[in-house]
Order: sequence, then structure tokens, then C-alpha cells
Amino acid sequence: MEIIQVKNLSHIYKSSSGDKVALDGVSFSIADGEFVAIIGTNGSGKSTLAKHFNALLLPTDGKIFVDGLDTSDEKNLWHVRENVGMVFQNPDSEIVAAIVEDDVAFGLENLGIAPEKIRERVDLALDDVNMSDYKNFAPSKLSGGQKQRIAIAGVIAMQTKIIVFDEPTAMLDPQGRREVLEMVKRLHAQGKTIIYITHFMEEAAAAQRVFVMEGGRIILDGTPREIFTNVKEMKRLGFDVPVAVEIAERLRRKGFKLPQKILTAEELSEALR
Amino acid sequence: MISVKNVSYTYMTGTPFEKTALKNISFDVAEGEVLAIAGHTGSGKSTLIQIVAGLIELTSGTVEIDGLSVADKKIRRLVGIVFQYPEHQLFEETVESDIAFGPKNFGLSEAEISARVDEAMRQVGLDAALKKSSPFELSGGQRRRVAIAGILALKPKYLILDEPTAGLDPLAKKNLLNEIFGDVKKSGVTIILVSHNMEDIANFANRVVVLAHGKILFVGTPRELFVREEILQTAGLEPPPISKLLRTLNIDGRALTLDEAEKIILSTRKKR
Repeated sequence: MEIIQVKNLSHIYKSSSGDKVALDGVSFSIADGEFVAIIGTNGSGKSTLAKHFNALLLPTDGKIFVDGLDTSDEKNLWHVRENVGMVFQNPDSEIVAAIVEDDVAFGLENLGIAPEKIRERVDLALDDVNMSDYKNFAPSKLSGGQKQRIAIAGVIAMQTKIIVFDEPTAMLDPQGRREVLEMVKRLHAQGKTIIYITHFMEEAAAAQRVFVMEGGRIILDGTPREIFTNVKEMKRLGFDVPVAVEIAERLRRKGFKLPQKILTAEELSEALR
Repeated sequence: MISVKNVSYTYMTGTPFEKTALKNISFDVAEGEVLAIAGHTGSGKSTLIQIVAGLIELTSGTVEIDGLSVADKKIRRLVGIVFQYPEHQLFEETVESDIAFGPKNFGLSEAEISARVDEAMRQVGLDAALKKSSPFELSGGQRRRVAIAGILALKPKYLILDEPTAGLDPLAKKNLLNEIFGDVKKSGVTIILVSHNMEDIANFANRVVVLAHGKILFVGTPRELFVREEILQTAGLEPPPISKLLRTLNIDGRALTLDEAEKIILSTRKKR
């Protein structure tokens, strides 16, 4: 079943210095439970697209349906937002409360859920991100990766079907990045639909499907293998391809007969054996 | 030369929040070199660079810059520091006046200021046509360049860069690094690069200091570091992808670049 349908979506930012087309007639569908990564240079429209999934932005033209609901219809707004959780880049600007568990409960309080239910959901969500031990901590005492896990717990507690991540690891160190990506993989395994915007190719490689955006359009849509072995196009866009892909390409030029679709070091090792 | 000797630092001494950020840190930075400082969040990197720049008062140990104590106000003209996300500090109406802000405070002549703005913009690859633009109309990568140019216009002898490419897309990142380690480096500046990207360290640093929990775990060349897996692990760092690839291929070689990796793989294949 398709949980998100985007039809000919355009978004134009109007300003005194001229209009800027951020999204230019984008169309695609995402299946329930799918894990989609979106990559693209700054200004390619990724974040503008992300903000359409929960109606933070509405289309200038075209339509987006979330769980069958048209986001530009005001009476659907509440239901759309109940279905789509968002996690942004900077954990410090997402965290609102002085105590970890209050922060996780914030969204639920706004939904008008009974206090005992909130208690239950907050405890489960903190357990889910392995942060139960920190429930009475001040968020300011946590590392970046831990703060992002708290932000993710807040979204888990909302029990949304879809979670949109907009560069959640951009400000984290390698350890923090690993923690967040592991968490995302687990949420996907639990059946959530994941939309994951990133500049890190190795994170995008964990998805089932990758969109490449440029100039407000989706110019490539495929599996990580299809996308990252497209060396010519990746280079044109200024993206790094995985080292194994790059080395395989160089060895082919030296006369090695290697399969075209090598993506990982393990596969290269196998092919060279 | 920068010489750091036996530096320790504790935040909020004598309170329940007391936290030791640095323990007995010693290292030198030679003129003209690129020294990387790597470590996880909370390893003490930021405290250390603020001490070297004279922004945090030393309580234990010494830091000397060209023979001057770091407490000497003169060192403020020798050391430039670019913080993380420096574009958040832009505030002037035009790119030109933002870059000129520091040199103006140094009391330089109009002509000198203007020449320095032009040169700094050129060094970071900013088009001169952008001078009269508002910094807030620019892309993220361009704003970052404006902020860095503002420090370069002070002509520091020692330039400290704290994660200069964090949050930039791969292309903007590559371009900025090429500018910093191309034109900026050629001007003769000594660079301290704070980074947890081992690939950048492999590509650009002469030496690397690895910090973990406020202590130095390692000082040496990137080449020496990348075969010490236990150090990377303790420090919470990832080996660069090339090292990981060679390990998977069961090749016991040291390569920092793709060219080197290709050569090593080819040589092991021929031997068989």
C-alpha cells in the first residue's frame, strides 16, 4: 500500500528579491514501511520536500497525499500531523523541556492524551532508544547523539506511522551518528515508514531506496546499489562513491574483469578471490 | 611555533558540577604545518583550542606562541579562530562590511582594509561581485566562506578551524577544503584543524593529536594513526574507508589515498 503519494508537487518561495522555485513538479509514491533516503546538494529542495510531508509547508502547485489525506485540505491537518513525526538537524533547537522525560511527553500532552497513558508511552519510548536511565537528566547534560535519541523518543511516543529525518546526524560525531542510524534501522524493522535526508552516503546506503535531488527535481530514484554504482552521475553531482566502487572501477581500467555492480568491500574481496 | 606544556583544565572547580576537561596535555605545532585534533564529543577539543587562542584562562600548565605567553594580549593578533557554524555570527548588512569588521577593529587604514577584504574573498573562492550582497541572501556554503574570510582578513599566523565543513553538502565541503588547503594554506598560515573526519585528516593533515576524555591518546602522522585500530576505537573514531577496505581485502598495507590503495592492491595481485 502506498502511504505517501506526491503528484506534480511544486513549491515557490516568494520574496522581494524574486521568486525561487524550490520544488519543480516532483512526483513519486512511497510504500507503507519503506525506508527511503534522500540525497542532494544544499539548495536542491530536500528540506523543502521534507516539510511538505507533515504540512509544515503546503504545495504552491500539485498535491501530496499522506495516508490518503490531501495535506492542503485544512480539515486533514490534525490527522496528517498525527501520522508524520519529524526529527531535525540540530538537537538543541528541538528540545523544549528541562528534564528528558518531560521533553518526550511534550507532543503527547499536546495531543490531549490521558496522563497515565502518557506515562506508559514515554517509558516505552525511552526504553526503545535505550535512554531510560537518563529520564530525569537535564537534556543539556547529554551528548549530541543522546539528545537526538531523546528527540527520536519524542517521535516514537507519538506513534506516528511515518518518521521524517532531516539530516539528523549532521552535527554529531561518529559515535553519535552510529547511534542514530542504528535507531533508524530498528524503527524501520518495526514497520515504520522512514524518509531520511542525509549528506552521508554510507547512511543513505542503509536505505531500501534512494532519491537523488537536483534543482528541485528528483533526478534519480533507485536502490542504493543502482545509485552508488552510477559513478559518472555521482561524480558530476560532487558526491563520493563508496571506496569499493571507486577501486573496482580503477581495477577494471587496469584490465581486471569485475562485475559492474560491486558496492561493498566484501563484494570486492569476493570478486578478487 | 605553538608550544603547549602540561595543560590541565577543570570547569567549575569546587562546585558539584566540577568536570575535568583536559589532563596534562603537551604538544607542539610547528610553523607551516597542518595539525589535526581529533576526538569524540566531550573529549576536550573545544576547551583545548579555546585555551590555545587565549579565550579561556589557563589554570595549570603553559602555552607559548612564538615565545609569548598565551596570556599576552599580543597573541590575539597571531591566532585566528573559526568556530563551528561560524556563519551564525554574521551580522553586518553586506559581505564586505562583515569581512572588514575585524580589520577595522585593528585600526587599519581604509585602503589596507579594502585590500585585505579582496584577498580574503579570493582565498576562500568568493566572487568579488558578492561584496555588496547581504550575507543572509547567500547559500550555506557561501555564508560559511564569508565567516572564514572575516578571520583570514585579520591575517593570523596561526589559524584554528573547528569542524569547518560540518553540515555542508559533499560538493560544498570538497570545494571549501580545497580552498582552505590550497590558496589559504599557500599564504603560509599554520593550521590547526579540529575534525572527526578521518578522511579529511588523511588528506590534509601533517600530524594528528587524538584526544579522549581530556587526555592525549596519540600524537603522530595520519599514516601511523590509521594502523592503530585500538586508538581509533578508544577515541570513538572511525578509520577512513580506504583503511577499512584494505583490511577487508586482507591486505596489510598503509594507504591514505585512492592512488596508493590502487597501487597496493595491484602489487598484491601480481605477486599471486
